[in-house]
Amino acid sequence: MDQKGIGLMSDNTPIVQGRGIVKRYGHVTAIDHSDFELRKGEILAVIGDNGAGKSSIVKAICGATIPDEGEILIEGKKVNFTSPIDARNMGIEIVYQQLAMSPALSIADNMFMGREIRKGSFMGKYLRQLDRPAMEKFARDKLSELGLMTVQSINQAVETLSGGQRQGVAVARAAAFASKFIIMDEPTAALGVKESRRVLELIQDVKSRGIPIILISHNMPHVFEVADRIHIHRLGKRLCTVDSKDISMSDAVALMTGAMTPEEAGVAA
Amino acid sequence: MSDTTKSGQDFEAAASRNETVAQFEDTRRGFVGQVQHILHNNPSMVPLTVLVAAILIFGLLLGSKFFSPFAMTLILQQVQIVGIVAAAQSLVILTAGIDLSVGAIMVFSSVIMGQFTFRYGIPTPVAVVCGLAMGTAIGALNGWLVSKVKLPPFIVTLGMWQIVLATNFLYSANETIRSQDIETEASFLQFFGSKFSIGGATFTVGVVFMLLLIIVLAYALKHTAWGRHVYAVGDDPEAAELSGVNVHKTLMSVYMLSGLICAFAGWALIGRIGSVSPTSGQLANIESITAVVIGGISLFGGRGSILGSLFGALIVGVFTLGLRLMGADAQWTFLLIGLLIIAAVAVDQWIRKVSG
Repeated sequence: MDQKGIGLMSDNTPIVQGRGIVKRYGHVTAIDHSDFELRKGEILAVIGDNGAGKSSIVKAICGATIPDEGEILIEGKKVNFTSPIDARNMGIEIVYQQLAMSPALSIADNMFMGREIRKGSFMGKYLRQLDRPAMEKFARDKLSELGLMTVQSINQAVETLSGGQRQGVAVARAAAFASKFIIMDEPTAALGVKESRRVLELIQDVKSRGIPIILISHNMPHVFEVADRIHIHRLGKRLCTVDSKDISMSDAVALMTGAMTPEEAGVAA
Repeated sequence: MSDTTKSGQDFEAAASRNETVAQFEDTRRGFVGQVQHILHNNPSMVPLTVLVAAILIFGLLLGSKFFSPFAMTLILQQVQIVGIVAAAQSLVILTAGIDLSVGAIMVFSSVIMGQFTFRYGIPTPVAVVCGLAMGTAIGALNGWLVSKVKLPPFIVTLGMWQIVLATNFLYSANETIRSQDIETEASFLQFFGSKFSIGGATFTVGVVFMLLLIIVLAYALKHTAWGRHVYAVGDDPEAAELSGVNVHKTLMSVYMLSGLICAFAGWALIGRIGSVSPTSGQLANIESITAVVIGGISLFGGRGSILGSLFGALIVGVFTLGLRLMGADAQWTFLLIGLLIIAAVAVDQWIRKVSG
C-alpha cells in the first residue's frame, strides 16, 4: 500500500508531499487516497491514462481544487490553499496547457499580468502608474537568461509569436517568479517537433537553475527524455513512482494501463 | 581584446541557439505588411486618418465656412454627449461586452437630478450626486448580472435598457422640466453648458469634460494595472483569471464606471439642451456604438484605443456638419456613416490577421 520508496529518501525534506489525498465529486472519486512527492531539484513526470486523475492530483497541489481529505506539505509545512493565487504567492508557478496569456497584449504585459510593478514616485503611488521600464527590463533579462530573446521586441504582442515562442514566454514567466517549483501541464502537446525540442531544452534549463518541475504529459518519449522520476497514476491514486532509468517505456505504459503490476515490472518499492 | 572576442562568441552561441524557434524578430516584409503591423500597434491611426482627411476635404469644399474655429468647436459641442457616452461604451466593449443601456442610464440620471431638485426641493448639488449614484448603481447591477450570473452582456443590457427607460417614464410622468425654470432656480444643473470663448472658438464645460475624461481613461487604460486587466479580460477572461487577474472585480469596475460616466453624460445633457426631458437621448446607445466601432475598437474585446472612440465620434460630427453646410440631404450622412461602420470592421478583421 505504502509505496513511498523509503530506501531512496535522503535526509532532504521533499518540496511537496501529499498524504492520503481524497477528492470526490458526488459519486465519483477523482482522487482516492493518493500520495505524492516531489523532491529537490528534480523533474517529476506525472503520467496516467485518460481519467486516471493525474490532473486532479496536480490541481489539488496547486490549490485549484480543495481536497476533501489528506494533507499537503510544502517543504515540510502543512498548507491549505484555497486558490491557485495562494499557491502562487508561495512561489508555485503553473504553465497551463492553454497558456493563460492575453494574445493582444505585449510579452512584458503578459509576464507581469496580475503582479504588475508600480512606480515608486508620486505617479506610481497616487496615479498608480506602472513602471514599464522596470517591467520591460525584467522581462528582457528573464527571456535572455533562457536564450529566448533578441533585444528589440519585448513590446511585441503575444499573438504575433509562434506556438513555441508563446510556450517559451510562459515558461520564462514561470521560471522568473517560481521560488518553490513549477507545474507544467502538457507543455509540448500543441507544438511541432522542432518547437517541442526547444521547450524540452527550456525545461532542462529551468531545472539546472535548481527549480523542481512537475511535468504532466502524455508524450512518453518527452517524459523519458527529461524526467528524473515518473509518478504513475492509475485509478485515482499513485500506483508507484519509478526512476526513469529503471524502467522501459513499454513497461511504463503497461503499468499505466494496468496491463502489468508494479511487482511484475520489478519496480515495487 | 580577449574580452571582446569572448563576448562575441557568447553572442554567436546565443544566436545560433535561437535559430530554431526562438526568434522574435519580425520576418514580414513589404509595405502592406508594415502598414498592417503599425495599425496593429496603433489601432486609433485609422480613425485619426479618416478624421483628418474628412476635415481637409470639407475644408477644401466649403472653405472658411467650415474651416473656422467656430465651426470646429461647434462640432465639439455637438459630439460632446455622444463622446462621453462613447467613452463608457468603449470600456464595456473592451471587455468583450456591450452596453445597450447607456442612453437609458443617461436620461434617467438627468431626470433624477431634475426631479429631485424640483419635486423634493433637495439642494441641486445633492440631487446631482444622487443622479450620479443612480447611474453607478444601475451599472453595478449590469456588472453583477454579467460577471456573477454569467448572462450575456447583450441580453443584460437589452433588458436593462427597457427597464430603466420604462422607470424613467413612469417616475417622471413624462414631464419635462423647462429650461427657464432650471436657469432661474437650479442653474447648477446646466453647469456643463457654461460657455467660454478663446478667440473665435467657443467651448463648453461639457466639451472640456469630454476631452479630460478621454485623456484620463486613455492614461488609466495604458499605464495602470487596472487598464491592462481590462484588456486582458476582454481578450480571454479565463487566461486572465489563471494569470491572477480578478475578473469579477475588473468587470464590476468597468460596468460601474460606465454607469457613472453615463450619469455624467446625463448632467452634460441638461447643459446641452437646457431642459430635463425624459424623451431625450434615445439614440445614444446606437450612436455610441457607432463611434466606438468607427474608432477601431474591436467588438470582440481586448483591442483598440479609447482615443479611437473620440475620433469616431468626431468623424460622425464632421460628416454631419459638413454635409449640412453643403446643403445635402441628412440621409447622406447616415449612408456614409453606414459605409464607415462596415469599412471599420473590415479593417479590424484585416489587422487581426497579424495574429497568423
